[in-house]
Amino acid sequence: MDKVAIVGCTQTKYEAEKIDLTISELVFEVVKKLHNELGIINDDVGCVITSSNDFNDGRTIANMAVQDAVGSVRKSESRVSGDGAFAYVYGAMRILSGEYDTVMVVSHGKCSEGNQFLINNSIFDPFYQRHLGLDQISSAGLMANIYMTKYGISEEHAAQVVVKNRKNAINNPFAHLQKEVSISDVLNSPMLAYPLKELDFPPYSDGAVAMLLTNEQNAKKYTDTPVWLRGYGSCTDAYYLGHRTMTDLIGLEFAAKEAYKMAEIKNPVKDLDVAEVFEAFSTHELMIYEALGFCGKGEGGKFIDNGETQMSGSIPINPSGGVLSSNVGMANGLVRVAEVVLQIMDRAEKRQISDAKTGLVYGMNGICSQGNCVLIFGGE
Amino acid sequence: MPKHDVAVVGIGQTKFRSKRRDVNIPEMIYEAVKMALDDAQMEPKDVDAILIGNMDHFEGINFSEMWCGIDATPGYLKPVVKIATGGTTGSSLGICGYYNIASGIYKNVLVVGWEKLNEGGATTGIITAFDPVWERPSLAGALGPLALMANIYAAKYGITSEQAAKVTVKNRSNAANNPFAHLQMPNITLEYVMNSQMISYPLRLHDCCPQSEGACALIYANEEETKKITDNPAWFKGVSTAHYYTFGTDDIMYDLPTATIASKKIYKKVGIQDPIKELDVAEIYEPTSWSELSWTEALGFAEQGGGGKLLDEGITQMSGELPVNPSGGVLSTNPIGATALVRFAEAVIQVMGRGGKRQVPDVETALGMGFGGSLWTELAIFGKDPNPLR
Repeated sequence: MDKVAIVGCTQTKYEAEKIDLTISELVFEVVKKLHNELGIINDDVGCVITSSNDFNDGRTIANMAVQDAVGSVRKSESRVSGDGAFAYVYGAMRILSGEYDTVMVVSHGKCSEGNQFLINNSIFDPFYQRHLGLDQISSAGLMANIYMTKYGISEEHAAQVVVKNRKNAINNPFAHLQKEVSISDVLNSPMLAYPLKELDFPPYSDGAVAMLLTNEQNAKKYTDTPVWLRGYGSCTDAYYLGHRTMTDLIGLEFAAKEAYKMAEIKNPVKDLDVAEVFEAFSTHELMIYEALGFCGKGEGGKFIDNGETQMSGSIPINPSGGVLSSNVGMANGLVRVAEVVLQIMDRAEKRQISDAKTGLVYGMNGICSQGNCVLIFGGE
Repeated sequence: MPKHDVAVVGIGQTKFRSKRRDVNIPEMIYEAVKMALDDAQMEPKDVDAILIGNMDHFEGINFSEMWCGIDATPGYLKPVVKIATGGTTGSSLGICGYYNIASGIYKNVLVVGWEKLNEGGATTGIITAFDPVWERPSLAGALGPLALMANIYAAKYGITSEQAAKVTVKNRSNAANNPFAHLQMPNITLEYVMNSQMISYPLRLHDCCPQSEGACALIYANEEETKKITDNPAWFKGVSTAHYYTFGTDDIMYDLPTATIASKKIYKKVGIQDPIKELDVAEIYEPTSWSELSWTEALGFAEQGGGGKLLDEGITQMSGELPVNPSGGVLSTNPIGATALVRFAEAVIQVMGRGGKRQVPDVETALGMGFGGSLWTELAIFGKDPNPLR
């Protein structure tokens, strides 16, 4: 594969309700910051790929609302309807095709403007599942229950994920929730969908993220520390929850295998320095450890017990605080990419993992890991 | 030049109708997917990746690619990505598929556009595209802005309602030769169009496209795979997109500047100096009869204000120098998320010489166009080889 670099990325502060900003203003903030940071103007951007979701924005053709903000007037823009990690992939494809020297990838989420139950209930088919009232919370409860029962995972194991990620978020100035919580805080929070409680779930956040992609010839023009794409894999699991193997993230396993093959990663825990994953609820992160091959099947609980995924562990996961601290809708995957880029560029400040050279990103679409995208990034 | 040349090697489309009560959404999509797979003589397992799209708000299904991409296409345990950009959804999918192959990431890709409009409300859906504070109360939906554009265009260049009506007669007569087309009106006359109900001045009922249900599926492959699949592929010679401002009041509501920008870019890339001579057929996205006249100017087929004359001289007729919309165009068939992909599909069919009764003789080079969003244009040029003309 030819090389494609990320040379800069910008984020807003993620917050509960950015009532003072429209979606377009939210996006303009990160685009302008990116221009300023890289010393570029709009003409330096070859084309733009955005990611958004019409249901989340309450607007059909949601990318129409951000045309002016991303500066795609008179140029090419396209929109991935889904997670930002997939938008990154499309942007990378445009560079790899050789037809564009630079591509800006932008993603936004403004969860405060929508009714999240209705938005997520609409993911379910109108005939069999929707009227059951399923949404991302109730289906997470189902998945967690089956997973925990099969593998003997405890609620304490799950709570440790929340405690870890919320603690990491304190060192991330962009993170939404920046308050430490204890195991007992999580265990005593109100039950939402058995066995998952309020603190097992992420908040709803508003924010945007942007980055500039370029090819090998141009990367050094923008930065001394470009971050390169080393591996990519994508795989989709079954649609109906009843068709899923609810105890394991099969789609993610396949996607990871493909990405590891491309990036020549044999032992992920050893070969990777950091991972940023889209954990939609606490036990989801444990399942992700297993699917990514960081530990054996059913060993997610033991893995976090041993502190392997803590900042000081063998494979720190979600140094940014993860989705459990900032849940920016469709931007979640691209926020993960931005964090790994900052880590590899050695620009993550107080949450910097020393000598981070290779990082993994996991982005997701749909409910409980339906659409999966695994990306491996590396420094020079 | 892209890293890898990209060919279309399989085509599938449903018969388009106003209502498909006999099938649900995935069943409808599967018809087109199966046809495309059979056409390329591929098994579901042979497909590398799937791109699928429609507009969420039209059917009220969020993440529709999860349902349809997995149940209607061979998406299980494969990459499935949704691209959705309004009217241009089909062309955005078509162009995304091009980059999936051109980048070398995948060897082949299945591209699917669909819409089942009778199960939702297109106008209700489209209205939410507009800014809730400034535009939604005044200039929202599809017909209002298109009527405004037609009105300005007519006043500025002296285009007549008769000229617009002639477009409908041309395209719906062409549709009679296309077994997939939705509106079959072989005996349509100028008087019939002219006497139809006024919808939004100057648009009459038959100046407007219908709402259709159906799906279109294309299979793309790289050089190596193409050789294995078919002796008669249609190659991408280039793709091009131009977007414009968000607010209608920032646009000039005539002349479609994005079509001028996008066509200049693609003609340069493909080495086209005189599109009328060097293109053999064009499938353009005309939501109204008036738009076809205006868009043909913006695409460089005629000078500004010359769209009416171009039509009057018969240049865009089936027997003319550059037949436009042999399929019957959007005025005959409009399944929104598939509409622009149907334009690409028809251009491909013409290049492959598989147009049956609507085949334009000796097609070497064909243009497909998508239109949508806030007056955006997307183009692709197909040919018997991937090389530029000069």
